[in-house]
Amino acid sequence: MDPLMLARWQFATTTIYHFLIVPVSIGLTLLVATMQTLAYRNRGTEAGLTWDRASRFFGKIMLIIFALGVVTGIVQEFQFGMNWSQYSRFVGDIFGAPLAMEALIAFFLESTFLGMWIFGREVLSPKVHLASIWLAGIGTAISAYFILAANSFMQHPVGLVYNTAKQRVELTSIWKVLGNSTQMVTYPHTIFAALMTASALLLSVSAWHLRRSGEKSDPVHLKVMKLSIGVMLVSVLATSVVGHFQGQVMTKQQPMKMAAAEALWDGKSNASFSLFAYANVEEGKNKVDIAIPDGLSLLATNSPSGHVKGINDVQAAEAAKYGSGSYIPVVWMAYWSFRLMMGFGILAGLVGLGLLWAWRKGRLAADSKLMRVAVWTIALPLLANSFGWLFTETARQPWLVYGYLTTRAGVSTNVGTGFVFATLVGFTALYGILGVICFRLVRRAAMSGPEPATPPPAQESLDDQLTLA
Amino acid sequence: MQAFWFGVIAVLWAGFFLLEGFDFGVGILLPAVAKSEQRRQIALRTIGPVWDGNEVWLLTAGGATFAAFPEWYASVFSGFYLAFALLLVGLILRGIAIEYRSKVHTATGRSWCDAGIVVGSFLPALLLGVAFANFARGVELNSSHVMTGSFFALLSPYALLGGLVTLTLFMFHGATFLALRTDGEVSSHAQRLGRLLGPVSTVLGAVFLIWTATMRHGAVSLLLALVLAVVLLASIAMQRASRLGWAFIGTSLATVLVPIWAFAALWPNVLPARNNSAFSLTIHNASSSHYTLTVMTVVALIFTPIVLAYQAWTYWVFRARVTGDSVTAASSAVGRLVEKAKQSAQETLGSGEGGDLAAPDHAPAQ
Repeated sequence: MDPLMLARWQFATTTIYHFLIVPVSIGLTLLVATMQTLAYRNRGTEAGLTWDRASRFFGKIMLIIFALGVVTGIVQEFQFGMNWSQYSRFVGDIFGAPLAMEALIAFFLESTFLGMWIFGREVLSPKVHLASIWLAGIGTAISAYFILAANSFMQHPVGLVYNTAKQRVELTSIWKVLGNSTQMVTYPHTIFAALMTASALLLSVSAWHLRRSGEKSDPVHLKVMKLSIGVMLVSVLATSVVGHFQGQVMTKQQPMKMAAAEALWDGKSNASFSLFAYANVEEGKNKVDIAIPDGLSLLATNSPSGHVKGINDVQAAEAAKYGSGSYIPVVWMAYWSFRLMMGFGILAGLVGLGLLWAWRKGRLAADSKLMRVAVWTIALPLLANSFGWLFTETARQPWLVYGYLTTRAGVSTNVGTGFVFATLVGFTALYGILGVICFRLVRRAAMSGPEPATPPPAQESLDDQLTLA
Repeated sequence: MQAFWFGVIAVLWAGFFLLEGFDFGVGILLPAVAKSEQRRQIALRTIGPVWDGNEVWLLTAGGATFAAFPEWYASVFSGFYLAFALLLVGLILRGIAIEYRSKVHTATGRSWCDAGIVVGSFLPALLLGVAFANFARGVELNSSHVMTGSFFALLSPYALLGGLVTLTLFMFHGATFLALRTDGEVSSHAQRLGRLLGPVSTVLGAVFLIWTATMRHGAVSLLLALVLAVVLLASIAMQRASRLGWAFIGTSLATVLVPIWAFAALWPNVLPARNNSAFSLTIHNASSSHYTLTVMTVVALIFTPIVLAYQAWTYWVFRARVTGDSVTAASSAVGRLVEKAKQSAQETLGSGEGGDLAAPDHAPAQ
């Protein structure tokens, strides 16, 4: 394998892994902050106490996950320079700015106030302690803004000029980069997906406890279950609606990506939305295609008869513009990752609807069959998130910065295959081990449930001590 | 504007050396200063609330270099590839180990975490010095500023000495910090170690500074080197006199001065080429456009004071010395056991509000 492929594998591995964690930590920090706010607002009441215990319980889980997000995030910032130094030289004038702002404005905020929150419970007033979790949560959301603005620039470069003497692109307007139309749809899509992911985690944990203890389970679980059903349904809906607009923006800005997502080889009006297709890339057509009539035209252009460009059309246009060569990404990957992203997201929404129905019937705690299914909810958004990234990054290929720099031209020229291979293996192994440890810690913390509110009887505490000792 | 950003990055590194310097020192010294579980918790508690925020100084230095001097960022990170990969491994191990130590439930798990903390603090402390020594020494660059030398060329005796300087300096800094921030056994152990580490780091530092002076002759860096030596000697003296506050101010100044001195020695280069000075990366040929630098300057001027204010505030909030009691009360797992033990004792003895029941000195291991 050449260093390019290895560097791509490394970026894909570390990024997808990082993005398994990050949506959970963004969403969960905001949800824990919400719980703590509910506890604060209702302090002194039964409900306040329950929310307080809920926020401590999920706060513990949040911290285990957050730690993994922090350490894998450092790799993200460094590997642009390590594996993609030619890319860094080419776009640093623009791409570096949001990264530096992310560190200065967001990372300091989230890490400092998370530290305050963890250790400050006894030292700070309840109000300041509550403010610190919100500031940490806001920090994660700001961080997402800057890094997605940087990514949106790669998808749809704006606010730049090409400097021929220096052979690099230079910034002409920071506002255009931070207010990129791509970013305006990407950011809400990602933030709502993060809330979906975190609410799925809450659902899974509460469902596990409700299934196990039914009506007798800790009141925390029912309360959290209801909160997360609401968040889940709203966020699935919002992610889909924003995703729809994102698709339309993408059709305009990256026609190849949309065409590949649909395996639409030749442009047409009244294009159908394909449900299952098997393509032959050499022949440039699909062998099997099951589709919804007019579906794609409707999605992409808001009109059943709208014209959607096909892969072959875009290829011809880009070859004319940028010189000969293939501008077609791996079509099957684009096609399937796009569908799996949506499919898993929709499934999560269906679980949410099922739970809403059970809630209305008043049988959330009683329906152990439904709970058995709901325990697995967390897997759905995690898969949807991963396929979403896989789609948006692979279907941009062969471009690294759309229309400006190919991926091939961005890789470091002075880093040998052996080094890239060694770090690929090293990071994968390390991430694997840490992933297992993190998962086990989260599972144990989740299963052991919230701390009891009232002191347990003496006998039980002695038993506890013996088993723990 | 380039000069300003050269200064900003120097200050970011200085902040990182100052703050993470003692975090790394505490991490490396952990098994030496704290044998029992309770003492380890005390030692770690000194950096617990702040280490993550401190680490962000490095991320910001990296981000600022990317934004202001992309060529510098690209050349250094790809050229020092393996060194940065090891640095990352170290930082990952340390971060996870510190955070998961209180969450694993077995003694084996905790000792793995301790190992992670030691290794994860040792690697960056050593590698940062190696990297800075290589900046000062210069590297092999080609005409497009790409580093061409092999990885092992970066491990020259001079660079390794630089690594030992930062390693021992951070250990000295960490020992002084621990002595100041704790009491009892941990503090006295740390103080004893500090007495050893002070002279070691000073001697290594002096040799390194003299060696550098034979290669780079700038009046400012020479002056800074002298100040650095004086500061180190003064902090050794303060340490011996058990004036720990002053000793810590001394080690803090020393850690701050190291990157400042290195940057002064580099100026106006950011990455000098050893093979041909025409290939050197300077603040001019490595920098971003005027517009980008202006944008970043505005952002830095607005947000840096805010960040400094709230980080300073956290240190104020957690200013109390860490003692055995603070660890017992805060460590949730152990604390819970103690609580339960208290409650069961209350019920057995029937002693109403048992607030005066002292927490056991050695919390039972889980």
